[in-house]
Amino acid sequence: MTEAVASQPQALDAVRLAPPSRWGDRVFKWLTLTMALAVVMLMILVGWNLYLGSHLAIKKFGLHFLVNSTWDPVREEYGALPFIFGTFVSSLLALIIAVPLSVATAVYLTELAPLRIRQPLVSLIEMLAAVPSVIFGLWGIFVLIPWLRAHIFPWLQKLFGFLPLFQGPIYGVSILAAGIVIAIMILPIITAVSREVLRSVPDLQREAAYALGATRWEVTRIAVLSYARRGLCGAVILGLGRALGETMAVTMVIGNRPEIVASLFAPGYSLASVIANEFTEATTDMYLSALFEIGLVLLGVTIVTNILAQLFLQAMSGSKGARAVQ
Amino acid sequence: MSLDETTRHHAWRKLKNHALSGFCLVCAILVVMPLGLVLFYLVKDGAGSLDWNFFTHLPQPVGEIGGGMANAIVGTLELLLLASLVGVPIGVLGGVYLSEYGTEGVNWWVRFGADILNGVPSIVWGIVAYSLIVIPMKGFSAYAGGIALGMMMIPLVLRTTEEVMLLVPNGYREAALALGIPHWRMIVRIVMKTARKGIVTGILLAQARIAGETAPLLFTAFGNQFWNHNLHDPVSALPLQIFVYAISPYDDWHRQARAGALVLITMILVINIGVRALTQGKFAKSTG
Repeated sequence: MTEAVASQPQALDAVRLAPPSRWGDRVFKWLTLTMALAVVMLMILVGWNLYLGSHLAIKKFGLHFLVNSTWDPVREEYGALPFIFGTFVSSLLALIIAVPLSVATAVYLTELAPLRIRQPLVSLIEMLAAVPSVIFGLWGIFVLIPWLRAHIFPWLQKLFGFLPLFQGPIYGVSILAAGIVIAIMILPIITAVSREVLRSVPDLQREAAYALGATRWEVTRIAVLSYARRGLCGAVILGLGRALGETMAVTMVIGNRPEIVASLFAPGYSLASVIANEFTEATTDMYLSALFEIGLVLLGVTIVTNILAQLFLQAMSGSKGARAVQ
Repeated sequence: MSLDETTRHHAWRKLKNHALSGFCLVCAILVVMPLGLVLFYLVKDGAGSLDWNFFTHLPQPVGEIGGGMANAIVGTLELLLLASLVGVPIGVLGGVYLSEYGTEGVNWWVRFGADILNGVPSIVWGIVAYSLIVIPMKGFSAYAGGIALGMMMIPLVLRTTEEVMLLVPNGYREAALALGIPHWRMIVRIVMKTARKGIVTGILLAQARIAGETAPLLFTAFGNQFWNHNLHDPVSALPLQIFVYAISPYDDWHRQARAGALVLITMILVINIGVRALTQGKFAKSTG
């Protein structure tokens, strides 16, 4: 397209009528370029902003901030470890629950489902993606948690109570509840990206396996899933990025207690929810600065996971999976 | 392998095939189920609280029954408008640059930036808007909330604009240029006009997405129990009000939170279903 457009001005010059005014072109091009570069500037601005805001805390605590497990605003001692722990454990639980479900659904959507139900199913999953975080939080508080507390948690405790993970009192609000809610929220993105990845597997792959007499499942396993492995990793990492940054629903169900406990039934805290809860209460400069630094840590891990996901997805040639979901 | 063994092996393979296909179907049902459960809950427990007062009255102080979320509904619309003033021009014109002018190097950086911005957690946008707008303006304001949401809109609008404009056939551009109209008029009058539907779809979907955001508003728009008469003052928003009411200890507020959530999700799903129905198939690839 660009060659075709670029070759036009010369053709116009040859006509030699009144020379067309070019200022409109220049202004418009300059305007769109500014807006496009604004995106890059905004990316830099976000990082710079958080760095400036957390300057005070970085200077005082250094790297110790990341490994200190005491969060005590009264004594001006700030350590992010309980939040990092809560964020990673809840996101990990979410992945454990969401990945098999999403990948199996993507397989169903691309390989197995009757053609006429594929589009409606995809639309339903898109609608699930559109549900706001705060509504999942609300549903989590009033429906999911009472149900987990009454049925699922005691059952898990009875079955796996010998593991430290499933010991201790059951409150309802807990890291496990947060993991389940996050899992529901990242199902759509992992499913959608996995579906794009599976769709980009060439049909030749499938046909070759069918020609060898493989059953439908064998075709999926041998020809599709193993071919799409990298792309699926990308989808999972993209889901992890979303899980790490999830704020409102987590704040509402995780219990908001900055402790590191082995039990999944115990309340925890996450990076995003400590910012959500304490930002407006931060009375001293150091307190605010520590919260900025938590934001910086959160930004750092999400950027790293996103770049990693893009690398995996680009390795699947021609896959635009990451762009398939807003 | 004897014939008998082969048959048995074959039966086993067929069984495995069916079992795993069934497993995938069950997973698909489980994935969609939460949507049904949430909608069922909101309709069952929220619809009863929706009455005329809910849409026309201010929230009541603690302890008094009744009241509504009129100010939050208007506040959400105010914030969406402000956000669009930020997000739409930057997103659309940036997308135009990517599709019509971009060189490979610049495009790579802009796309990279948009992908990174798209992955920035919503709470971080709140912090950024706080330090950029709330601190200099010395107070929470509708402006700060609107700009926080607007910044979130930029990458969404940018990418859809670029994709739908790339779908416009080059013949259109060449025909227009051959008639002698300036390049920029060709872009605006021919390419953008042809891609109009897709661009509007992208903007609407981005609005539906940010309409439900709570985290960026917590310390920018802040929330307000009364009408917002001035954009320099804090403003309420539906998601914010739902959050505050949901974590409160009062039953009547819980009831209101469910009603508010029903209104919010209806708004968002109507926009989503509406634009998808209107552009059925045509831009399916670029919008979702």
